[in-house]
Parts: sequence; C-alpha cells; structure tokens
Amino acid sequence: MKILIPTPLRVYSDKQDTVSVNATTVGEALDALTAKHPDLKKHLYSEEGKLRSFVNVYLNDEDIRYLPEKDETKVSDKDALSIIPSIAGGC
Amino acid sequence: MLKLNEQVYDAIRRHGEEAYPYECCGVLLGQSVDGVNEVEDAVRAGNVRTDSARNRYQIAPQELIKIQRQGRERGMDVVGFYHSHPDHPARWSKTDFAEAHWLGCSYVITAVEEGVAQSTNSFLLTGTSEENKAFEDEAVEVAALEAERC
Repeated sequence: MKILIPTPLRVYSDKQDTVSVNATTVGEALDALTAKHPDLKKHLYSEEGKLRSFVNVYLNDEDIRYLPEKDETKVSDKDALSIIPSIAGGC
Repeated sequence: MLKLNEQVYDAIRRHGEEAYPYECCGVLLGQSVDGVNEVEDAVRAGNVRTDSARNRYQIAPQELIKIQRQGRERGMDVVGFYHSHPDHPARWSKTDFAEAHWLGCSYVITAVEEGVAQSTNSFLLTGTSEENKAFEDEAVEVAALEAERC
C-alpha cells in the first residue's frame, strides 16, 4: 500500500512523497514505514509510543483513531494512508 | 522567502475581507526550491472552529488531505498556509506558534481591520523537530502578472 508523506517529513523519507510498504493492517504499515525510515519515528510518535497529538493518520478518508479496530484495521494494496499534521491557530 | 503572484496575493487578502469578522484560512500550493516557497495557487479551506471563529481557525484534516491530493495531481506540494487576524496585527500569536507543525512551510497572516485587509506578512516555520521549531520573519515577493499578449 501507499503511504503519503507530507512536505515537512520528507526530509526523513529520502525526499519521497510516497512510500510503498507491504502490510495487512494499519499498524503493520506504519511499522514498515518507520523500519524503512527510522528517523520518521520520533516525529510521529511520543516517547510513550503513541501518535503525537498533532499527527493525524488517515486510512483513505478515515481517521485511524476512530476506526473500530484502530491499528488492527485490515488494509489492501489499493488503500492509501495519509500522514497529515494538524493546521490551526488564531489571534 | 515566499514568492507569489499578484493574483494569489490578492485572493488571500480578499478571502480575509470576505470572512470578516471571522478568520479565514487556506492552503498554499506550489514548489519549495532552495529554501524559497514558490506559491502557484491558494486554495480556500473551511474554518472548522465555528465555536470561536473570530479568533481561531482550524482546517479539517480530511479537507487538507483532499487539497494535498488535488495539488499532487497538478504537480504541486503544500508549501504553506494562510489565515487572517480580524482586528488584530499581522503577527503570529502564541496560539499560531503552538499549533504550527509544518516545518519548512510558510504561514501567511493578513490583518483585517473593520473588514479591510491591511498588512500581509509571512513567517517561516524553521527547525528540525517540534522541540526546536521557531517562526522567522520571511520576505514576501509579489510578482506582477505579465500582460497577456494579443
């Protein structure tokens, strides 16, 4: 499956905007990504090993935090994972 | 440095005026080349902070994914974001900084006073991680559109 890397994290994915991994679940896909590009790990996860609060990961159009099976959600080669840091602010 | 053409620059400012007294927000698509963020298009996004839209903005991740996807199809990346500060200076706030996570991207802010766009400034989010990020003032170069040839 494909994992789409946002602009700020490409410096840690050898400048690739898309990384292809072999995986059967969301968790496996993310593990494969950080195995391939270890420097990404600290930018995606807290020291406790949880996704950083401002890092959103979407399986196609669904936030993985709200998927019933979360990391165990099955994926196929046709699916895409998007890593998308949050964007917000205000005066 | 942030480079954009007059049409994009005007569109960003006009969005701020139309959204007044609420904050507008959007995504800047283009190319990042040798430290210069060159904007080719500004895409409007909805402000999902309807609870406090006068002084907060947030772009829904789903919308950002869609804009990013459409940008990629056109050969463009996300190089920055813009939003407005209604009746507030065009300087980044503590909230802007706390909520900024797109390292290397430009954050453009337009001050809108009583519905009229005033200053537009850009701030580059520098650093290599969340722990050492910083906003730096960024020069903005607005290129005039070339007149169409007959």
